[in-house]
Amino acid sequence: MQSDQAADGSGSSGQSIASERVIAIEPSARLKGLAWGEVWSYRELLLFFVWRDIKVRYKQSVLGVAWAILQPLLTMVIFTVFFGHMARISSGGIPYPLFSYTGLLVWTFFAQATAQAAQSLVGSAQLITKVYFPRVLVPTAAVLGGLVDLAVASPLLLVLMGHYRVWPGWEALFAPLFVLLAVVTAGGVGLWLSALNVEYRDVRYIVPFLIQVWLFLTPVIYPASLAVPMLERVGLPRWVLGLNPMVGVVEGFRCTLLGATWVPVDLLLASVLSAILTLISGAMYFRSVARSFADVV
Amino acid sequence: MTEPVIRVHDLAKRYRLGERVPYKSLRESLSNGLRRVMRRARPRQAEWVWALQNLAFDVVRGEVVGIIGRNGAGKTTLLKILSRITEPTEGRVELRGRVGCLLEVGTGFHPELTGRENVFLSGAVLGMTKAEIRQRFDEIVSFAEVEDFLDTPVKRYSSGMYLRLAFSVAAHLDTDILLVDEILAVGDAAFQKKCLGKMDAVSRGGRTILFVSHDMGAVASLTKRTLYLENGTIAVDGPSQVVIGRYLADSLGNGGPAEKPISYYRREENRDTPVRVSSIRAGSQGEGTPTVFAGDQLVMYIGLEVFGRLSGANVTLGIKNIQGQRVTTIFSPDHGFTLNLSPGRHQLRISIEDLALAPGEYFVDVGVNQSTRTKAFDVILDYPLVRVVADQRLVHWLNRPWGVVCVLSARWEVSP
Repeated sequence: MQSDQAADGSGSSGQSIASERVIAIEPSARLKGLAWGEVWSYRELLLFFVWRDIKVRYKQSVLGVAWAILQPLLTMVIFTVFFGHMARISSGGIPYPLFSYTGLLVWTFFAQATAQAAQSLVGSAQLITKVYFPRVLVPTAAVLGGLVDLAVASPLLLVLMGHYRVWPGWEALFAPLFVLLAVVTAGGVGLWLSALNVEYRDVRYIVPFLIQVWLFLTPVIYPASLAVPMLERVGLPRWVLGLNPMVGVVEGFRCTLLGATWVPVDLLLASVLSAILTLISGAMYFRSVARSFADVV
Repeated sequence: MTEPVIRVHDLAKRYRLGERVPYKSLRESLSNGLRRVMRRARPRQAEWVWALQNLAFDVVRGEVVGIIGRNGAGKTTLLKILSRITEPTEGRVELRGRVGCLLEVGTGFHPELTGRENVFLSGAVLGMTKAEIRQRFDEIVSFAEVEDFLDTPVKRYSSGMYLRLAFSVAAHLDTDILLVDEILAVGDAAFQKKCLGKMDAVSRGGRTILFVSHDMGAVASLTKRTLYLENGTIAVDGPSQVVIGRYLADSLGNGGPAEKPISYYRREENRDTPVRVSSIRAGSQGEGTPTVFAGDQLVMYIGLEVFGRLSGANVTLGIKNIQGQRVTTIFSPDHGFTLNLSPGRHQLRISIEDLALAPGEYFVDVGVNQSTRTKAFDVILDYPLVRVVADQRLVHWLNRPWGVVCVLSARWEVSP
């Protein structure tokens, strides 16, 4: 939709150069590049959005920051009672509370970030119709904001590890990579859903259901090793499980931090590829509809 | 000659009719798609409306240009394309330099955040860097006169404070090109004056400004050139005084207001408004613009259609002369009157005892608001109200072009 070019080509900053910049506005083609350069030049605004979302979220709720810990903690307690004690789901030798809390930590991030991102564009309608900035900042900020909640809820994991005397090895250094994979997945799904939500308002009602179903398709309550035999009975290779990128995220996160569980490489690769494809296709779909957001929102 | 900094070439914007109204639902789209496949019917021809067509103009550096026109003429669409909020369907625009756009007061403001936080947030949203905001922070705060409330959430601000702070951030936006839409439509008179002063100072700094407004007085005093948009094209482009005269002459029509429906004068259609002005009439005659002698009584009737319950709402009347200059504002709470109405049709009767206006044509703006802070329920602009004529008591010089705006009655005596 727009292209910025420095007329003198020197590319240095400053008022005199800035005033030479020409912005051309034309109807754009349906498919186009992702304009990461433009997003980069708006990085300060992106951080402002993240900061605003967090600030407002913590100001508005009575529990404030505590909510970020309580949510995975209470879910863990419920899972432990029903799935750990009553259903006696195997957790590969790891105490069930620790097993499920580790999974819930990354899962809660994904679920929250995706839900926030899906709602973000419609929620920013007022802003989108009044000022220009790359629209992709809005769902991106929603996803990044979720990282703060993740950081707040993480120390409790260390407490639990200490309590159950499970010490992380050198593999724990790779745990952040799986958080990154979760960010990529949440970003991709968030871009898809936020853009769809502008065009189709009933997406809003589908999102909570989608996330709920997704939870059961992801080895948060159970280990992936429990699902593989079922797949093999149908005749599917185990990497098919990894097409849900959250399988790679949860299994990898747990494996690097707690050691004892198992992650096959083919499954992991499937997750990484699937996450990247989701992000790229999400960004492309988003760009193709972003030009008309202000007319539709 | 200076090179143009804004170049608009054959610009056109098309909307699908009703695109903004009902959202598509996924369920409907799927079922419609299925039905289409089953019946092999071709998709229904979409209905399109052109919001803008064949628009072309240049603006040179430092020029301040007013954009006027009726509701639906395409003013806001034009600004939205120039500010990249929405895309054109056809044509091309070239802008040289940084562009700032002010389509509302308080863009990016969040009620839960404090004044200080909102200055940074709104500044960033409008396109300032953090360093720029920090550098101008003190100036912004002192212009807004809210120093003592910087750490209070803006939801606790009075409407005046909120507006002052919001405008102050916007006014300190230092871009080469500034696009401004109607942001002075809110706020009290003293603040409006301060804003106009600030904008005037800004434009003298060599910035290029496009200024959309319904306030003909503001357009006349701030701009030398004005574009008059009608049905998505430029009807007149020329010196502001001439263009404003033409615009008001169009409002007047040939045979008085009866020939144009009230919706022609409505600022914008508000979908969920609890009240709508359905008629405006002055005097007792049924048709045409009534004639009243200067200094006589004027009775106005305003019909209101109330859809929800109204409580404590106010009515503002702004009376303007043919130059677009507002000669007086009549604000119902000043006379101890507010609207407390149940749904249905109602008629207000307003009597002005001594219409001390100079002979000429007068127009009225009617606004129904809950408060000065909230968006108006309904606004009617430049509705032809009354023709004031001089009676026998006034001597003929009143009709001469000396710019007389009011007629005072005076008692003359000679003291010994």
